[in-house]
Amino acid sequence: MHLSYEESKKHVVKGLILLAVITLIEVFLSLIGKGDLLSGLSAAAPKVTLLVTGLLIIVLSIYKAYYIIGDFMHMKYEVRGLAMSVLLPTLLLVWAIIAFLQEGGSWGARREWVREKDKAPAEQTAKPKQQGMLPGSEDGWYRMF
Amino acid sequence: MASKTDHLEREHEVHDGKEDWSGGKEPMNVSYGKLMMWYFLLSDAFTFAGLLIAYGALRFSSPSWPSPDFVFSTYPFGKEGSHLPLIFVTIMSFVLIISSVTMVRAVQEGKRENKNGVVFWLLMTVLGGASFLGCQAWEWTNLIVKENMSVTTNPFSVHNAGGVYLNADGSEAKKEDGSPDKFESGDGYLIHRATILKDGDPRGQASHEAGGHGDEAGGHHHEVFVYESQLPLDEAGQYIDERGYIHKKFKVTEGDNAGKVMTEEFGPKAFGALFFFITGFHGFHVFSGVAFLLIIAINAASGLYVARKNGYEMVEKIGLYWHFVDLVWVFVFLVFYLL
Repeated sequence: MHLSYEESKKHVVKGLILLAVITLIEVFLSLIGKGDLLSGLSAAAPKVTLLVTGLLIIVLSIYKAYYIIGDFMHMKYEVRGLAMSVLLPTLLLVWAIIAFLQEGGSWGARREWVREKDKAPAEQTAKPKQQGMLPGSEDGWYRMF
Repeated sequence: MASKTDHLEREHEVHDGKEDWSGGKEPMNVSYGKLMMWYFLLSDAFTFAGLLIAYGALRFSSPSWPSPDFVFSTYPFGKEGSHLPLIFVTIMSFVLIISSVTMVRAVQEGKRENKNGVVFWLLMTVLGGASFLGCQAWEWTNLIVKENMSVTTNPFSVHNAGGVYLNADGSEAKKEDGSPDKFESGDGYLIHRATILKDGDPRGQASHEAGGHGDEAGGHHHEVFVYESQLPLDEAGQYIDERGYIHKKFKVTEGDNAGKVMTEEFGPKAFGALFFFITGFHGFHVFSGVAFLLIIAINAASGLYVARKNGYEMVEKIGLYWHFVDLVWVFVFLVFYLL
């Protein structure tokens, strides 16, 4: 830090106000998205409102994280090698977030599919001829395992 | 030719990095302790990320998820049934942000070798951390004791179609002001729990005479008493299960199931486990942080760091940890309370 003591004290107060205001804006946006505030917006277009406020909140949170790491934890003032050795590995998490949210969505879709199938009336099908390797096997060779 | 080799040799000598190994030079211009703190925090970030990604995957896989503005709307000293969505947890966030700022001040005073300043600001940070833990203790107690959420039972859920609640006789319920007790798609609900009595307890009689059927007129919840031997109790207006959870019945008024009478179901099971595990793990970090801050404040007060070669570096290291705890809260706050 190349700031004088007095300057850096002021800088801290600025950080406090910045983080507090961003947090307030986030809560405000969240309540708009859920329809607690400005409920007209949410009533008119619930999905769009939720999506737009959600994305804004995520961007603001990432900015808060950037500010905390950069200023409070002094990462801005460390040498590049240190910053990279700590920050680059977290890129793996970007992959993990995309992969596992995709995976979660697919679990959900499958669960939905099973529920649909459960509701459908059972089809009456003719019993297939016995083909399996085990006596009584009705639906294929894999029964032997 | 000879002079060229000579030149190369000298060049080699200069850049063989021997002096890097002769001590006194810190890699990446940072002390060993701070470097290792950074790498510990990196690994801790992966632990938290694992938990939060599990939360995301399970939330994405659930057809519905309790809305945070409904679940986290209680606050201490509020009247029964009063709701202020997200306000209490916003205050908790402010407490943590403020304690992060007091931590920065402690580090700054450490750089100036101002012992009293360091101790004062460290104690302020301890105060912030302890207040946060107190808030969390209240939040947990309220969820566990009042709202009966547990690691395996989640009484919070969301209606996926509009409808109207039913009275004990099966007719459509009215609120205290006479309007129909109806709800819309996306409205949240909380499954309350009856007090289970041993047979012969006189309190149960009073409750039944008063027609106590777990009705929640105007958002107020009246305590319901049931006898152990009655459970499960299936009535026209509600179903009380073996554990005393009161599942209210309602008539659906829109969508595929319009006209059907349905019963309130528990919400996605993973909600409680994820909430308690992740906020608990974060709270445990705050708790350890408070303990270490106290130790370092005592050390600083005793003059230990005046005698040390690296001065108040210990304050910087616990500072890194403390800011990290604040950083994790940014994301816990984001996924559990805001989205």
